[in-house]
Amino acid sequence: MTQPNRIGGGLIDRSKEIKFRFNDKHLKGFEGDTLASALLANGQRLVGRSFKYHRPRGIFTAGSEEPNALVQLRTGAHQEPNTRATMVELFDGLRATSQNHRGSLENDLMAVTDWLSPFLSAGFYYKTFMWPKAFWEKFYEPAIRSSAGLGRLSMKEDPDIYDKGFLHCDLLVIGAGPAGLAAALAAGRTGARVILADEDFQPGGRLTAETLEVDGMAGADWAAQAMAELAAMDNVRVMIRTTVYGAYDHGIYGALERCTDHLADSGGKPRQILWRIYSRRAVLAAGSTERPIAFGNNDRPGVMLAGAVRTYVNRFGVAPGREVAVFTNNDDGWRTAADLTEKGVHVRAVIDCRDRAAPVQLPDVRHIRGASVVDTVGRKGLKSITLTDGQVLPVDCLAVSGGWNPAVHLTCHQRGRPEWRDDINAFVPAGSLPVGMAVAGAANGSMTLAAALAEGRAQAEAQISDLGFTPVQAEAPNAEDEPHEGVAFWYVKESRKRAWLDQQNDVTVKDVKLSHREGYRSVELLKRYTTLGMATDQGKTANIPALAIMAECTGKSIPETGTTIFRPPYTPVPMGALAGRSRGKDFRPYRLTPSHKWAEEHGASFVNVGNWLRAEWYVQGDEKGWRDSVDREAKTTREKVGICDVTTLGKIDIKGRDAGAFLDKVYSNTFSTLKVGKVRYGLMLREDGICYDDGTTARLGENHYVMTTTTANAVLVFRRMEFARQCLWPNMDVHMISTTDGWAQFAVAGPKSRDLLRKVVDKEFDLSNEAFPFMGCGEITVCGGTPARLFRISFSGELAYEIAVPARYGNSMMGVLMEAGKEFGAAPYGTEALGVMRIEKGHATGNELNGQTTAYNIGLGKMVSQKKECIGNVLSQRPEMIREDAVRLMGFRPVDRSKKLIAGSHFINKGEDAVMENDQGWMTSVAFSPNLGHSIGLGFVKRGHERKGEIIRAVSPVHGTEMEVEIVSAHFVDPEGERLRG
Amino acid sequence: MIINHPLLGPRDAAEFVYLGDACLIDRPDWQAEDAMERFHDYGYLRDNPAGEHRELWYHEQGDRSWLVVTRNTLTHEITHVELARDVARERGRDK
Repeated sequence: MTQPNRIGGGLIDRSKEIKFRFNDKHLKGFEGDTLASALLANGQRLVGRSFKYHRPRGIFTAGSEEPNALVQLRTGAHQEPNTRATMVELFDGLRATSQNHRGSLENDLMAVTDWLSPFLSAGFYYKTFMWPKAFWEKFYEPAIRSSAGLGRLSMKEDPDIYDKGFLHCDLLVIGAGPAGLAAALAAGRTGARVILADEDFQPGGRLTAETLEVDGMAGADWAAQAMAELAAMDNVRVMIRTTVYGAYDHGIYGALERCTDHLADSGGKPRQILWRIYSRRAVLAAGSTERPIAFGNNDRPGVMLAGAVRTYVNRFGVAPGREVAVFTNNDDGWRTAADLTEKGVHVRAVIDCRDRAAPVQLPDVRHIRGASVVDTVGRKGLKSITLTDGQVLPVDCLAVSGGWNPAVHLTCHQRGRPEWRDDINAFVPAGSLPVGMAVAGAANGSMTLAAALAEGRAQAEAQISDLGFTPVQAEAPNAEDEPHEGVAFWYVKESRKRAWLDQQNDVTVKDVKLSHREGYRSVELLKRYTTLGMATDQGKTANIPALAIMAECTGKSIPETGTTIFRPPYTPVPMGALAGRSRGKDFRPYRLTPSHKWAEEHGASFVNVGNWLRAEWYVQGDEKGWRDSVDREAKTTREKVGICDVTTLGKIDIKGRDAGAFLDKVYSNTFSTLKVGKVRYGLMLREDGICYDDGTTARLGENHYVMTTTTANAVLVFRRMEFARQCLWPNMDVHMISTTDGWAQFAVAGPKSRDLLRKVVDKEFDLSNEAFPFMGCGEITVCGGTPARLFRISFSGELAYEIAVPARYGNSMMGVLMEAGKEFGAAPYGTEALGVMRIEKGHATGNELNGQTTAYNIGLGKMVSQKKECIGNVLSQRPEMIREDAVRLMGFRPVDRSKKLIAGSHFINKGEDAVMENDQGWMTSVAFSPNLGHSIGLGFVKRGHERKGEIIRAVSPVHGTEMEVEIVSAHFVDPEGERLRG
Repeated sequence: MIINHPLLGPRDAAEFVYLGDACLIDRPDWQAEDAMERFHDYGYLRDNPAGEHRELWYHEQGDRSWLVVTRNTLTHEITHVELARDVARERGRDK
């Protein structure tokens, strides 16, 4: 028999049958079902096992607050654990499996933990796994890890795509129940831009789940009519399957739209979109969540919230049971009994803890006054309940109503502190709400349908009037103020058995009392000690009853005891959605150098340098490893000529009458005296006197400089210079623009570099040493008129130039240079060879300018002028920063030349212990020098400049190595600088 | 957050880079007798008010203006936004 519990009515399409699987069972449902409603229709009450005790659990709610019915959805790489069956829209071919059991769902081997429960009370882990200490790593942790967690990840890459988007509106309406629909209609009719978002796929909220009428028609029909009107408005965007999960500053909301989760296949479309919604105003109409009453064995499959039971009956045409009892502390529970009776589902009794007359007359239903449920029977599905007077009622479904909690979550996301209202026994929004937010309907404590409709409209009109829109006259929808009185009744004291509060985390009444006894009495500590309110449901059904019990223990009122403040997200947001497209290669933006294509075509291997992808070396012929290529490139450059794309260095174009004076402020040395057509090395300090960045700056005209920065600091230096220009020296006539991407720049280095460039640079430009000497620069043309800039600077220490052309010519320029260099044996070189040659030459880079070193440390103390105002020069003179025994940048070579130096090694004098007190400094950079044939290094060592020739030990406790090294000049190659001036 | 840029109107805070207290505009006189001490305080000492705070934001993903934003650190309410250059001039950095 298929769908034995399917009854008449509901908002499902019975003409569209849907096949799905739960574990090994092949089942059927209808379009409009959730997985939960379809499972119930098929009589599947047991759907999962609880986290700690592996108790059999069923479906408890009909919404996103579900604590129990967590299932694993789909298979393979699409597998997703911990989806709430109550939120999963049924689709053809859906496959769901139950979680958290070893062996089958019906016979879970881990259910033994339930028998051990007397030993597993709150704080069990904290108390038990303390000793013996040695057991922790070997035994406890592996055991805990293997049983921890719910569901399983596929461990495969997520094949779906996720997007992010931005939306703007005058009014955001959160929730499409009666209050939200009324709000959206009122605002939409004024012409304001409205976004209406609802987490459900069927808008209408409680209107879809209940039998109350609006304007004389079924609530669901009124909702459909309202939706049709909204859909016809161009200024209204309705977003179903969209959860507004967070309220952020200044009217910004986060929302997750589940675009294709309800389809068997996403069809290449984004699965989910993470929206950032900029709203001028918002109306929160999130409704309310029903809460349970705690009593013995209240977690059995078949025990459900009363509102959920009537939702399944009314909206889905499913009877969660054939013999139903209702246990309530309020009038609302009676409506469940009435709706069920109306649909022909037998209600055996309404057990009302209040000793008073029935608010609704139901002739065929027994009313048991002033009684409670103390226990239940039926391990894998409810069979009977026992009342306080001892009588046993055979039922297969118990609908429990403990009153309703306004969904205040989003009102707390900033500084809102909910306030207790005795008349409805619940917290309502209070304190400072997020800017621009108003709350309407049940979320605001207006619990009746008529009140929700009226308040939704009133709040929207107030908000929209503030923005200058004029509300449109329209008749108010007609609805009733249904009875909703209740009493504060949280748990059944007569129950001897375990009474569950938080079903997801297996927290019982006893655990809360234990937490109180052991001193964990504040709400926040209660949560952490018992795990109450954690995990996917965040205690939406559990927190308030637990709080009430804690209040009872402490003898305080509930508001005195406090409430947990909710943080985003309202419901879980997948990591994939938060990542969006930023994953894998696109994790962050990357930049390609102008000659990237040429490099790809010529055997380059690439390395990430900041956001850039740079060629690290070029493999040629039968080179076996990177060292072969790097050694060849470095040697070729020193002996012939090498070419390297150095575009990634920051370039800042500076103009203005005060350009030179301004550079004097930001550099520690002087630039206003630099002659036009010349380049100078510059050192920048931080305001605290530590070295910040270095580079060369060329003066192309009287009021025109071009600065280069290091690759890593290009953005930061520019930001800092803007700060100096706007905030520190605001009246200087200086203008700057970053041209890093505008010019492709190549280092052409080596004894043949001039010969090579002569073939490329147009003939009218004289490149002779006299006309274009070391540190010269100029604007030239190449290849018959292409504009270019030429700088005679050298990072390698060779006769060298850097030539820049507009970036769009960069790739062809690389080809032109290589073609021209053929006859000289030119080679392209990458960042590794660049690094080798700068170490050979003793140039400092990031390893040396590491944010801890001073100009004095790197031997450039004299560059810090004290005769002018510049950033950092005052604090650079602090005694500690210029002490005579400070470390100095030096070169190092192993005494045994066959040894390989290790960067990060610390220097220790011979005969001293290798301890911090004897530390003499550290090795910053090492490389194998193909030109010298052994390993070389740069590093800082105390009083280094006075210790040339001394043998000292380089110790690396990390590598367990130690070797003797000789302190030498940092300039391993051409210490007199004859080559670069040649 | 949204910062109401004096030239460009409301912009998402994600377009900006935060620096800190706007007192960084008041850079000490390097030739003062007690310059070392003043620069020390300038570099290292900041108030950390729970409430209104004037602070520097840089519109890096925009027009590169440095702004002085008056923001309540408790509520994130932004009450005033000025061009830092104007503030700097007002504070006498216009010599």
